[in-house]
Amino acid sequence: MFDPKTIQKDFPQLKRKINGKRIVYLDSTATSLKPQSVIDKENEYYTKYTANVFRGIYATSEEATAAYEGSRELTATFIGATSSDEIVFTRNTSESINLVAYSFMFNEFASGDEVVTTVMEHHSNFVPWQQLGGERGIGVRVWGLDEGGLLNLADLNQLVTRKTRLVAVTAVSNVLGTVNPITEIVRTVKRLNPSCLVLVDAAQAVPHMPVNIGDWGADFVAFSSHKMLGPTGVGVLWGKRELLEDMKPFNYGGEMIAEVHIDRTVFKPAPHKFEAGTPHIAGVIGLGAAINYLTTLGMENVRKHEKELVEYAMEKLNSIEGLSYLGPNDSSIRGGVFACTLKGAHPHDVAQVLNEDNIFIRAGNHCAQPLHEHLGVVSTARASFYIYTTKEDIDALVEGIQKVKRLFS
Amino acid sequence: MDLYRENILDHYKHPRNFGHLDGANVVSEEVNMSCGDKIRIEILLDDKMIKDIRFSGEGCAINQASASMLTEKVKDMSSDEIMKLELKDVEHLLGTTLTPSRVKCALLPLEAIQKAIQS
Repeated sequence: MFDPKTIQKDFPQLKRKINGKRIVYLDSTATSLKPQSVIDKENEYYTKYTANVFRGIYATSEEATAAYEGSRELTATFIGATSSDEIVFTRNTSESINLVAYSFMFNEFASGDEVVTTVMEHHSNFVPWQQLGGERGIGVRVWGLDEGGLLNLADLNQLVTRKTRLVAVTAVSNVLGTVNPITEIVRTVKRLNPSCLVLVDAAQAVPHMPVNIGDWGADFVAFSSHKMLGPTGVGVLWGKRELLEDMKPFNYGGEMIAEVHIDRTVFKPAPHKFEAGTPHIAGVIGLGAAINYLTTLGMENVRKHEKELVEYAMEKLNSIEGLSYLGPNDSSIRGGVFACTLKGAHPHDVAQVLNEDNIFIRAGNHCAQPLHEHLGVVSTARASFYIYTTKEDIDALVEGIQKVKRLFS
Repeated sequence: MDLYRENILDHYKHPRNFGHLDGANVVSEEVNMSCGDKIRIEILLDDKMIKDIRFSGEGCAINQASASMLTEKVKDMSSDEIMKLELKDVEHLLGTTLTPSRVKCALLPLEAIQKAIQS
């Protein structure tokens, strides 16, 4: 098991002081901090082998290509994919989901077909289906929460019909923290309609717990580099090889072509046919370093650490009068995110007062407005954890909340 | 930065001109979807002068204090004068400068008042 205090030493931003005080970073659900090894790796591309990938017959281009494709191998291994050909690099989770949405909504699905998404989705796994579906006569059904605030598998009996072409669901809610039973969800969907596809938004899962694509049995999995210690501007789409092979490209242009003639173009095979234009080479290489960092820690240990923090935070937060948080009270189905409301203080004010002591949390609806509307909460103040979060950080949060209470009482 | 100075907290906890106005002849509502601030302004406008005003809604301390202070300020002001008010006037009332993320909160009440008198 690792010690988060030792981990903190690898993160240069945590050495920074603002107004003489240390930083307590509690917004890793929005984006994670970066360890020195990731920063160095990205920098290495810019200082040692800057060149475009797949093109040059010269040393540095070959180095860059090897490092870029090496990250694809690392990514595949990290999530248990059988082949790196199933890994597509995009800009972020939203783009990964849009790639699937555009490809199927425009080419495969027809008016009268249906897509199912859930009320606990991040906007990135909600708006593409709502907008593209609406334009093309494809119905979007929304899976709500049961009385316990969870997705109830029994509801799928009504939601998934012969018309359902795809179910889009998050593995971990970025607001509730709920860890959804993806394996069971996929199994139930496939039992009800074997040809229905399942896309999993794993943006909050892959960084925080062991993920094995094979165990899930889904067709597509999307996540982002920047939430798992890697650079911003890089997303991942994993897709079943036979599906990716049949899908039409999402963007057209350079890099993704095999032959171009005046009257026709032949595309490269997947995954390269989905990576039009010069990609974020340095970012992808940096993601490889992030995966190496997480692999060294061990994802079982990452999850164990966060579970401990969740238990500690639940105990501390439950003892604050007037404070309540969304999501389950059970660390076995909860990730390290607490979206809170505090009686008498608006979430903006909570975040602003905490900021005075360099305690950084997020206030708002966290790109999950349908969920907030569903729960009847306008906005929340959200604290979230990662590998460098300590119990002292949670103590600082609690002290900060007490300060807010004193100010607004 | 000590944003939560005494006068802001005082206006937040004890808002002036809060509630509804019988006989209001212009009304407007503004919402900031990103943080959920909501404000409703009810004004009795007579010959382009604000004779009376009330606000209601919910929001953060900056938003509510701004609304409370503005409603005090604009009473007996003319429409033309009110249309000239801007961020620096609101900051002057609050007695502080605002970071970009809080400007929206502070300006929402002014936007609602200006929208109401233009309607």
